Amino acid sequence: MKKTPLNQIHKTLGAKMIDFAGWEMPVQYTGIIEEHLITRTKAGLFDISHMGEILFEGPGALQAVQYLTTNQAAKLVPGQVQYSALLYPTGTFVDDITVYKFSEEQFMFCVNAVNTDKDYAWIQENISSKKPDFAPVQIKNISDEIALLALQGPKAAEILQKLTEIDLSTLKSFRFTEGTVGEVKTWISRTGYTGEDGFELYIPAEEANPEVHQGKVIEVWNKLLEVGQEYGLKPVGLGARDTLRLEARLVLYGNDITDQTTPLEADLEWIVKYDKGNFIGREALLKQKEQGIQKKLVGFEMIERGIARPHYKILKGQELIGEVTSGTYAPYLDKNIGLGYVKIEYSEIGTELDILIRDKKVKAKIVPTPFYKRKK
Amino acid sequence: MYPEDLKYTKEHEWVRVVGNKAIVGITEFAQDQLGDVVFIELPEVGEKVKQFESFGTIESVKAVSDLYAPVSGEVIKVNDALEDEPERVNKDPYGEGWMLEIEIKNPAELNNLISAKEYEAYIKDQAK
Repeated sequence: MKKTPLNQIHKTLGAKMIDFAGWEMPVQYTGIIEEHLITRTKAGLFDISHMGEILFEGPGALQAVQYLTTNQAAKLVPGQVQYSALLYPTGTFVDDITVYKFSEEQFMFCVNAVNTDKDYAWIQENISSKKPDFAPVQIKNISDEIALLALQGPKAAEILQKLTEIDLSTLKSFRFTEGTVGEVKTWISRTGYTGEDGFELYIPAEEANPEVHQGKVIEVWNKLLEVGQEYGLKPVGLGARDTLRLEARLVLYGNDITDQTTPLEADLEWIVKYDKGNFIGREALLKQKEQGIQKKLVGFEMIERGIARPHYKILKGQELIGEVTSGTYAPYLDKNIGLGYVKIEYSEIGTELDILIRDKKVKAKIVPTPFYKRKK
Repeated sequence: MYPEDLKYTKEHEWVRVVGNKAIVGITEFAQDQLGDVVFIELPEVGEKVKQFESFGTIESVKAVSDLYAPVSGEVIKVNDALEDEPERVNKDPYGEGWMLEIEIKNPAELNNLISAKEYEAYIKDQAK
């Protein structure tokens, strides 16, 4: 199993470790509910170094990014981040990603750990060989040289401000900048996957020696925990990361979006810009838009006792109308919630439906999402 | 962590035998492995359960597990408090986190259960 530079630190902190996409990662330290609530009310520190990073460099960088992704990358300014997607020609997801623009000739994708190798192969296949007419672009998988921490929660900015020279009040949501945290050079990005304000801190290895890099990552982790102590900052594992993202209705690749679903079905049409020129999947999406979608991803709340889990069937009366893709007890809302695809005619908010839990129908209803939205 | 006066199953239930009754719950190891318990489904009083067959389910934030009856018999009491406070299983698995009381049908079945020492050795072996 692959290990992040903080592997030993997690074990020392008493984390329960699990295999996630081939990585040995902390699923929880003290408990998912406690870690979830701390992130909503104070701040949580996450090791998400398993995420992948793919770099595009050269005069053809923008052209390649535009062809591969659904969102409008041409409008980005240096230091801006954008949520986007990679699609197959069928319009279904290869992955959902964030696109970072460093300069006119340098872009980076942050991709799901489970998809890093697949994405890199997909990108190379579609740019290197098939597009000799593109301006030159160098594409590198730099995932192994980058550690990534997420500092999330209402106290995140105050905590980070104590360790960086960057004036964080000027760093807006979905912007990033180079800056130091403690003595360590990082890319500070005002992004996250929890529904809270917060930051993702990329720590690139500047030296070939991985031990030097590891030392720096540990330094940033420890300093944040030390400075954050008085604010209630605690380390948070992947378990709470999943419940936090679901309350905020942030989709998870492999569950809510897959190679069988499209951005239109997933209610993510806002990241599709048809008028930006050709991109992989565009034709299929235009066709689907014209014909209309058959199923749609909706958020639901359990009315009766029970927790929906991925792959549970969704029924309306006797009719099978869909399947759950994510479901959990939502610690901050203290409700049982979930996401699932249902036939389009049953996707209206307020629709009551049944989730089949261990052969028993349990009532739920479609509700507006996000389930949780932070107060600004 | 594993009281000597209890009997155990390899499915991580404990049983306290009082006369012809068996009080049932899950072990410290089980609650720790599950993490925060958020949902428990138990049988009704009067239902009959069979040794080593599922009598209910327990769900943590992340996982769903079956609960197995350590002995056969009729359910005579259910810990209804767990419906609203399933976290009792985490906080006090051998006390307030108890689940069922069963009237023991066949005391010979108790010989199929293991002692605290055997259970501890069993989970150590599982952890390897």
